[in-house]
Amino acid sequence: MDRRQFLKSSTAAVAAAGTGAVPWRRARAQAAPIKVGLLTPLTGVVASGGKEMVEGVQFYLESVNHQMAGRKVELLIEDDASNPDTALQKARRLVEQGNCHMLIGDLLANTGLAVANYVKGTGTPYFIPIIAADDLTQRHRIKNVIRVAGYSASAFTHPFGDWCLKQGYKKIATVSQDYTFGHEQCGGLAQVFTEGGGQIVQQFWHPLNTADFSPYLGQLADLKVDAIFAMETGADATRFIQQYASFGLKGKTPLLGAMNATDQSVIRTLGEECDGIIAAAHFAEGSDNPATQKFVREYEARYHKIPSLYGFSMYSGIMWVAQALEKIGGKVEDRDAFIDAVLKTELVGSPLGKTVKLDAYGNPIYDVQIRKTVKRADGKYWNVPITSYPGVSQFWKYDPETYMKQPPYSRTFQGIKKA
Amino acid sequence: MSNAGSAPIKIAGLTGRSLVVVLLVLATTAALPLVLSNYQLELATEMLIFGVLAMSIDILSGFAGRTSLGHGAIFGVSGYVVVYASAQAGFSPAAAILLGVIAATAVAIIFALLAVRTSGVYFLLLTLALGMIVWGICLRWTQVTGGENGLRGDVRPAFLAGHRAFYWAVLAATTVVSYAMWRFVRSPFGLTLLGIRDSESRMKSLGYNVPLHLFIGFAVSGFFAGISGALYALFNNFVSPSTVALEQSVEGVLMMIAGGVGTLFGGFVGAAAIIALENVVSAYTERWQTVLGLTFIVIMIFAPDGIIGALRAILPRGGLARERYKD
Repeated sequence: MDRRQFLKSSTAAVAAAGTGAVPWRRARAQAAPIKVGLLTPLTGVVASGGKEMVEGVQFYLESVNHQMAGRKVELLIEDDASNPDTALQKARRLVEQGNCHMLIGDLLANTGLAVANYVKGTGTPYFIPIIAADDLTQRHRIKNVIRVAGYSASAFTHPFGDWCLKQGYKKIATVSQDYTFGHEQCGGLAQVFTEGGGQIVQQFWHPLNTADFSPYLGQLADLKVDAIFAMETGADATRFIQQYASFGLKGKTPLLGAMNATDQSVIRTLGEECDGIIAAAHFAEGSDNPATQKFVREYEARYHKIPSLYGFSMYSGIMWVAQALEKIGGKVEDRDAFIDAVLKTELVGSPLGKTVKLDAYGNPIYDVQIRKTVKRADGKYWNVPITSYPGVSQFWKYDPETYMKQPPYSRTFQGIKKA
Repeated sequence: MSNAGSAPIKIAGLTGRSLVVVLLVLATTAALPLVLSNYQLELATEMLIFGVLAMSIDILSGFAGRTSLGHGAIFGVSGYVVVYASAQAGFSPAAAILLGVIAATAVAIIFALLAVRTSGVYFLLLTLALGMIVWGICLRWTQVTGGENGLRGDVRPAFLAGHRAFYWAVLAATTVVSYAMWRFVRSPFGLTLLGIRDSESRMKSLGYNVPLHLFIGFAVSGFFAGISGALYALFNNFVSPSTVALEQSVEGVLMMIAGGVGTLFGGFVGAAAIIALENVVSAYTERWQTVLGLTFIVIMIFAPDGIIGALRAILPRGGLARERYKD
């Protein structure tokens, strides 16, 4: 081959490669993936819940072959380290460097609130299936922060307070972790319970990560109440339930829990001592609803554990987003249309086995299950519904406008009606 | 060797040669927004802010020989006051920043009153405990601090909303503050701090009021930590107990050590190294904290004088070496 011939053929080869590359690039642009940024605590105090959040999202994406509305989904996972400053930094990274079309996740309210404040400026859609801070769907709504498949903290304890009245309980004491999530859950129960004639005898607030509950349990034992409501999460919940039993209170005074106190992430490691605790929630893994059973069976086959609130919520949350994208033909770039579609979408086919829609304030309306921890045939404990409150609003039976005029629940405001 | 090779003419306390170096560094950092993406620019902004915090700790640690584990709290108090004043109390951003820095200095003064008569590990523990008190207050005083959830608000004024504008503003502030700190440690007063570091008893017998000098040193250091805390509040529009937590103090100290204790400007190098590492490594593994820990061990073994110290050992004298005082 002489030089001239070589030049000719190599030029032709390069040109051919070039023309080949152009349509290829265009084809790629058309099917550019939908980028989902997942923020989750993989390290820090709530790391175990964070890992289950990832599982929930991946479990759904696997079931749809990583496709939404015909577009490939690219999942970018970042560790928020259970720290709001880190969460903020990682959110910036996902939005500004990762060019994510949306963010989803975060577990602790402070991380979620930090990210919510950030996306308020960027307009990035941010979905919060776990963040329960009441005011994100009440007094301080942000249009692009949507609680798909999530719940507001006091939404389930309102009906729970009503249920307590129906049991004939007159006096209740509460014990709770001292932070907003706890204040809000206790407030919901205290307000409905006292307005119905009940009495909140005493409220104990303890710091997160309390190793020894005996000072509280000793006082609780002396109070002679009809029931004790415990608002605990994670390791605190495990310790509280164990020490409640070893203090001899179990069997004497009924123990009521916030939904996270008897979540699978807690009772998975417990035995006899968690038997018979009552809690109110939208999801009960022991429900005989076929949709719930199918989800639990498949999740267990895949991850060898019964799904927790975290797995369930993230699975349903991303499913909600997928169904909304389906409606707008996958055009995730059109943010306004996308947010609008999510707000209007009614979630079907979720593990709840019932259609779920958002209220006018962006909070889902659920049937609230009053559930009890019972032993399953194989010896593991799970939550089985014993009764249900259909279509519960986050405002319970109050008028939303009047309700939002009262201050948010806090350590100093629990909505307690003076007798 | 403190002034080896100094040129006769000085401008603003700088020799001709170091002036050129400073101008080059400034020009390069000022040009960064032209080449960096928004996200990288935010990291650079954060590096500058934490660089100031690390330098403020170095004033005490490197020059007065007192390592504080309470500077995260001083830094955070400024942040809390800035966010509270602007978002809740309706002050203008400038007034909020001023209040924040005053509050931080006030906290530093209280810390200083309690801590200046101690040294070594007692100083470390006392500042740690004082910092924990501040953290506890921020966590439990829910009505004012928002408790665990912290405080949010749009603190940054509109003209600083853009990434570039804010970076340049922070760079300008950082430059002024760094120059002030540099002048401070080189002033006759700064030299007395060095004297205290090297021999407290000698300084006493020479007639210096050692606790008073340490007190002023602590207050000045807290003032600078407050400035960086105020900048951080503007940067995040958010503050929570994790900003005043012990981890924040430790991070500041680690940045200073990584850069080089007693080098002052090592603070920027350490902050840049740690923030870059955190963000690069965490993209690849969730075990990024392990990697960070190992890196510190490596730095301590192979570069006990920090990155700047290690560079000095390699580079010829005259450039970097002149910053360090040692007898």
